[in-house]
Amino acid sequence: MSKSVGQSKLRVDAYDKVTGRAEYTDDLCAPDALIARIVHSTIAHGMVTGVDTAQAESVPGVVKVLTCFDVPDRPFPTAGHPWSTDPHHQDVADRLLLNRHVRYYGDDVAVVIAENEVAATQAARLVKVTYEEYPFVLDAQEAMGFDGPPIHEERPDNILAHTQIRRGDYETARQEPGLIRVEGWYDTPTVQHCHIENHICYASMEKGRITVVSSTQIPHIIRRVCGQALGIPWGKVRIVKPYIGGGFGNKQDALYEPLCAWLTTQVGGRTVKIDCAREETFVNNRVRHAIRTHIISYVRPDGTLAARKFECFSNQGAYASHGHSIAAKGMGAFPQLYPCDNIEADAYTVYTNRPVAGAMRGYGIPQAMWAGECHLDDIARKLGRDPVEYRRQIVMPQGYTDAFSKNCNYYDTFNQVMDKGMAAIGYEEKRKAYANQTGPIRRGIGMALFWYNTAVWPISLESSSCRMVLNQDGSVQVQTGETEIGQGCDTAYAQMAADAIGIPFEDVHIVSTQDTDVTPFGTGAYASRQTYIGGFSIQQTGQMLKDRILTYAVELTRQTRANLDLVDGQIVRTSDGQVLMSLGELATEALYSLSHSQHLTAESTYQIKNNAYSFGCTFAEVEVDIPLCKVKLLNIVNVHDCGRLINPALAEAQVHGGMSMGIGYGLSEQLLFDPKTGRALNNNLLDYKLSTFMDHPHLQALFVENPEPTSPYGTKALGEPPACSPAPAIRSAILNATGVAVNQTPMTPHVLFRAFREAGLFQEGETAHV
Amino acid sequence: MYDIKALYEAHSVEEAVRLRVEHPEAQIIAGGSDVLVQIREGKRAGAELISIYLMDELRGISLDEAENIRIGSLTCFTSITNDPIIQKYINVLGEAVDQVGGPQIRNIGTIGGNTCNGVTSADSASTLFAWDAVIELTGPEGVRRIPIQQFYLRAGKVDIRPGEIQTAILIPKASYENCYGHYIKYAMRNAMDIATLGCSVNVRLSPDKRTVERARIAYGVAGPVPLRASTAEAVAQGQAPSLALADRFAKAVLEDIHPRDSWRAAKDFREHIAVETARRAFLESVRLAGGELA
Repeated sequence: MSKSVGQSKLRVDAYDKVTGRAEYTDDLCAPDALIARIVHSTIAHGMVTGVDTAQAESVPGVVKVLTCFDVPDRPFPTAGHPWSTDPHHQDVADRLLLNRHVRYYGDDVAVVIAENEVAATQAARLVKVTYEEYPFVLDAQEAMGFDGPPIHEERPDNILAHTQIRRGDYETARQEPGLIRVEGWYDTPTVQHCHIENHICYASMEKGRITVVSSTQIPHIIRRVCGQALGIPWGKVRIVKPYIGGGFGNKQDALYEPLCAWLTTQVGGRTVKIDCAREETFVNNRVRHAIRTHIISYVRPDGTLAARKFECFSNQGAYASHGHSIAAKGMGAFPQLYPCDNIEADAYTVYTNRPVAGAMRGYGIPQAMWAGECHLDDIARKLGRDPVEYRRQIVMPQGYTDAFSKNCNYYDTFNQVMDKGMAAIGYEEKRKAYANQTGPIRRGIGMALFWYNTAVWPISLESSSCRMVLNQDGSVQVQTGETEIGQGCDTAYAQMAADAIGIPFEDVHIVSTQDTDVTPFGTGAYASRQTYIGGFSIQQTGQMLKDRILTYAVELTRQTRANLDLVDGQIVRTSDGQVLMSLGELATEALYSLSHSQHLTAESTYQIKNNAYSFGCTFAEVEVDIPLCKVKLLNIVNVHDCGRLINPALAEAQVHGGMSMGIGYGLSEQLLFDPKTGRALNNNLLDYKLSTFMDHPHLQALFVENPEPTSPYGTKALGEPPACSPAPAIRSAILNATGVAVNQTPMTPHVLFRAFREAGLFQEGETAHV
Repeated sequence: MYDIKALYEAHSVEEAVRLRVEHPEAQIIAGGSDVLVQIREGKRAGAELISIYLMDELRGISLDEAENIRIGSLTCFTSITNDPIIQKYINVLGEAVDQVGGPQIRNIGTIGGNTCNGVTSADSASTLFAWDAVIELTGPEGVRRIPIQQFYLRAGKVDIRPGEIQTAILIPKASYENCYGHYIKYAMRNAMDIATLGCSVNVRLSPDKRTVERARIAYGVAGPVPLRASTAEAVAQGQAPSLALADRFAKAVLEDIHPRDSWRAAKDFREHIAVETARRAFLESVRLAGGELA
């Protein structure tokens, strides 16, 4: 029966994207649009005392200069979360369209609107801003109780949120005699998503309504935030989301859409475009939270965990955005991945004067896996155990069910993925071969597991909506609120829809663009949710459409409904397999019939009150050139259990991308800040060391396909999981090669230089011929 | 959209010199891979430009009557790497410029632009220093030739006088004959990166391969402009190649280099890498020259 799902169908947008025919936001914007350039603060913390716009306004082509003194005093939230109707669970509303109280180097102070880009850029440089400067702080722990004006007055200690998990009795349990104590501090950096297409949006007005076309992952959420920020009914805002060049979570946030929507209201509804420069994407959009984690484990000599303590300090930057959700998700993995009866865990999310941290692929899990998996290796090393063998003893067992989410580990996934990864990379032979190496160049092999759960239930709403319309020729338009952001969901959805309705893949026309005026409601691309969540409403709506088609077929074929089915686009009598007519013939008749004309459609919402674990691992093999402080990644393998693969080729591509991001996270990427000013130092793609394919070995993606029982297609998360475990796996391999345990990522040559020097590794290499 | 006030295009050296005299404030642009970036950053926003990009006479590599190598200043990196003269006599230069940026940049970026930009990290510069390249400039008064070490005045500033353009880079025969060299670009990525440190070494061995007749070493990013490490060169000269010599040669570079502490890399780290790359580049140069280690 299943014909499309499970096959590596060609992407529905493949030809348009490789030929450049696919239209993105900037392709759609009218060439005479006004160009907005934002004036960013040149201090990290303080109060704007004045903005002199006279010189800027005199630049030919400048239409208007607006400042932080002009914007409505209406704080709004930006996080791309489903809105909570419970005020206690609503996102923190802590920023204005432009800000007088500037809270990071680069905060938005004023905007120049001009007839062209050159005039806008020239004028923006001429806007003169004066400030009263405050002390600033860049580190999360230093910001807690920082002696200076708070970053937000409502939070005098700069702590945005603190939550905790308590299980058993940590203090008593750790007194047990004979326990081995392992402690570590693990640091992760501020990194950025670096999607190819910078954030861009343009806004205009018609009939008293505002239309914003935006490179976003979450059009329906953006509609709500624009309404909130401008204080207008949400229905007065229309968001259009065309093809976008990646998002990775940065565009799961209201970025400049609210400002752009307001700007068009200030110039009589003319089209205004905000097109972020790469430098702005790094600093003025969102970044990944830098999280410092402290873990103490008390372990029995047999390896069992007696008591564990976890603390993490999450650097929120200047505004709340997704806020504490990230640290909380990371902390949530801690008691689950390696269950322990006695746990004390605390997560703090702290405002600092850094760029704003928001959602980014993995949403706290890459940070948590960095800390947790490095720590697991540290325990294994202290116990003299092999990292894989030790993990098998203490990892979440099959049948484990989480009390809060009700997620169940239905299969022996962790052992299965480790078995597959070990075999693929030759773990055991290499582990033996790489023991007791000397010399300047050494090899190592390592691994890390990751925990991830799909979607956001039960913390937040999970639902999806779908609309299907039968065309005259029997093909079907499919629309969902879930968004194609490059990951390939349009193709996966077309495959699901084809099977749910009973038509060929080629007869499904997926509508890629979301337009909040016409697209069914959906919250968008985040939390690796769409394939899992979208599947429910696509399956349900496909069944509804099929049912309506077959009901109509009864009239045309004079057969009983019970004996009819729609198979591969044909109306079939199931009792003898006879093809009675094609769906195309039926559709033409249905729309043009002089006796009973009917527009056959289906539309439905499915609210999901389930969730699914999605686990896996990374195995990595490295060659470390000790004198040059360089790590060469020789082999890397990710193994995922994301349930049944909807499209194996797309799944593999998804894992490749995530592994690449994970490699950068482990070895090279870090946004740096000048300690004297708070200014970002390397907010460009030359100085920010995003890895290139010259820095990657072949990326091997493998799967264990245990069907997810709660999903109609047996599928679950794969968007974010691939980025979660490469960094600690690389660290594990470096540790295996050199005996040096590096506790901060990225493990750049700068970091390794100090670590190797401290470990005394340099002397012996110097006279060997490399 | 670039903020450019005016663009003047030259089609010959004569025309370029005339435009330089007529528009003394104008910036010369060749491939644009540095100048356009600077305009976008605002550093040269609103500039007048003199484009020399259409001057095909400045493209190509040849040997003159005395068998000196002449590299036209507009020769792009890809052409240098693929050129048979370069491959035969100074292959290391082709290897060095093959590490600039990515393929697109190497197709547009020129060796003249790379040196005239005056930055210490230019991948061509350390090898040109190590091979005693001569810079040819043409101006209203005619042709002027100066050693590359004199061409670099300070960071970002080279000796191009009013009305002049750089027309060629010359490698004298005495400089390349029987020489073999190796360049190590030390960067954080294997492509699309600038050097954290660049080290170019070349050696000429005695006919019996038992003595280092001459060793030359130059660095990028070990000071504000590319520089030679003459103490190390003196250590190696006249010695038998060996691992121990490589070590002494490498450690001696610390007498001559002065990298700085910056957010891009710390001084002690750069020094460490300078020593290790010198050692490796020396050993590789000896190997390429057919030498055996004592």
